Amino acid sequence: MNAKINNYSGNLIEFRDVSFHINDIPGREVISRVSLSVPVGETVVLLGRSGSGKTTLLRLINAMLLPSQGQVLVEGRATVEWDAIRLRRGIGYVIQEAGLFPHFTVAENVGLVPTLEKWDRCRTAARVGELLRLVGLDPAEFAERRPRELSGGQRQRVGVARALAADPPILLMDEPFGALDPVTRAELQREFRALAQRLGKTIVFVTHDLREALLLASRIVLLEAGRVVALAPPQEFLRLEHPEVRAFAASLETGPGVPA
Amino acid sequence: MSPSLSDWSFFVEHRAEIFGATTDHLALVVIAMLIAIVIAVPLGMYVVQRPALRAIAMGIANIFQTIPSLALFGFLIPIPFIGGLGKRTAIVALVLYALLPILRNTYVGLSEIDPAILEAAEAMGMTRAQILFRVRFPLALSVILAGIRTATIITIGIATIAAAIGAGGLGTFIFRGVALVSDSLILAGAIPAALLALIADFLLGLLERRLRVV
Repeated sequence: MNAKINNYSGNLIEFRDVSFHINDIPGREVISRVSLSVPVGETVVLLGRSGSGKTTLLRLINAMLLPSQGQVLVEGRATVEWDAIRLRRGIGYVIQEAGLFPHFTVAENVGLVPTLEKWDRCRTAARVGELLRLVGLDPAEFAERRPRELSGGQRQRVGVARALAADPPILLMDEPFGALDPVTRAELQREFRALAQRLGKTIVFVTHDLREALLLASRIVLLEAGRVVALAPPQEFLRLEHPEVRAFAASLETGPGVPA
Repeated sequence: MSPSLSDWSFFVEHRAEIFGATTDHLALVVIAMLIAIVIAVPLGMYVVQRPALRAIAMGIANIFQTIPSLALFGFLIPIPFIGGLGKRTAIVALVLYALLPILRNTYVGLSEIDPAILEAAEAMGMTRAQILFRVRFPLALSVILAGIRTATIITIGIATIAAAIGAGGLGTFIFRGVALVSDSLILAGAIPAALLALIADFLLGLLERRLRVV
């Protein structure tokens, strides 16, 4: 379905001088004059404290929000010009706690977008099996379960499988591993990194955890009060002098999981 | 007043009439409930998409609920087409009473859904209609059914008053019993009505639990 988007080369996502204010009231800016390009295949991590605007930035990409000023381009086309439904079907979305539908089985959750896209039953079922194996869940054991019968880590795996179902070129992830225990989180982060590299998806990933950003990012975008204050690949990021970078770097030394 | 031996013999003697009145009563309730569900559930689904309408819809439904039932039956009699004496008027009144609990529960059930689920649904490219019918409605079903259950029990009780405007049902025995100061007659109406309410409560409760998702 996304032949066009799949073959796109260059900047798959581009922010051009984007501002966003709540109820379009200038002065109440959540996002302030952000410009940013995400080329095909990159994993950009949006890092920042709570309220720095990272989730807002993410939601501007799939037209859940529209910019107050400037333009957000996906595949070279402004989100305001896209049919929002079509745009979103080509973008996988994973959130904290997964947001799985409790009245659907695991298979129905994973097969949601293919079903919406009217794939035939066999093709959907085959795809669901393939995806569950991809995220490390045995289809025979898990396909017919309900989300409440899964652990937090398993739910999150299903969330990732669901986002990948229609093979979207873009994945948006909003603190997907944030609610997991540290051991499970580290496990999923490692597996997800391998998966992302293998699938060649373009990923925008939101987190407030610098450790996670360093592990997953090809570039880290640091946000403070709705502005981009630093932008660098992980190996260079820690050397930056900006005070907010230093504040995050300091959290590494005292952060959870590090022996004092 | 507990049923005495004479009450029991009264029941046995008049079992055919009591059974007939119970069937009439049940028919009133079932027809009224079906109409109320057909109106209130879609109305709730419509209102939840347009929050500005919520206060108006709830307000109107609330007004019907505050009118004393005997008075509402009385008010309806002179109204053309729906009014007059008999079953039709009674059904209209019962529908008006049943609307509020169903409408309120439909609205609450549809609006109190985990925002993360709705966010995921929207982000995956479901249309508003798909979100309403495939996500909100199935998740709200047990809450909607709880409203239907409440409304059914209220309707079974209020339907006894319908006898006052000639709609028949178990109220016929009660009104006659009050007029003749006969406990047996009153119980012949009250006991089957109470049993109907208990059975309806139990069966709808079972269904509600089966439909509960989380």
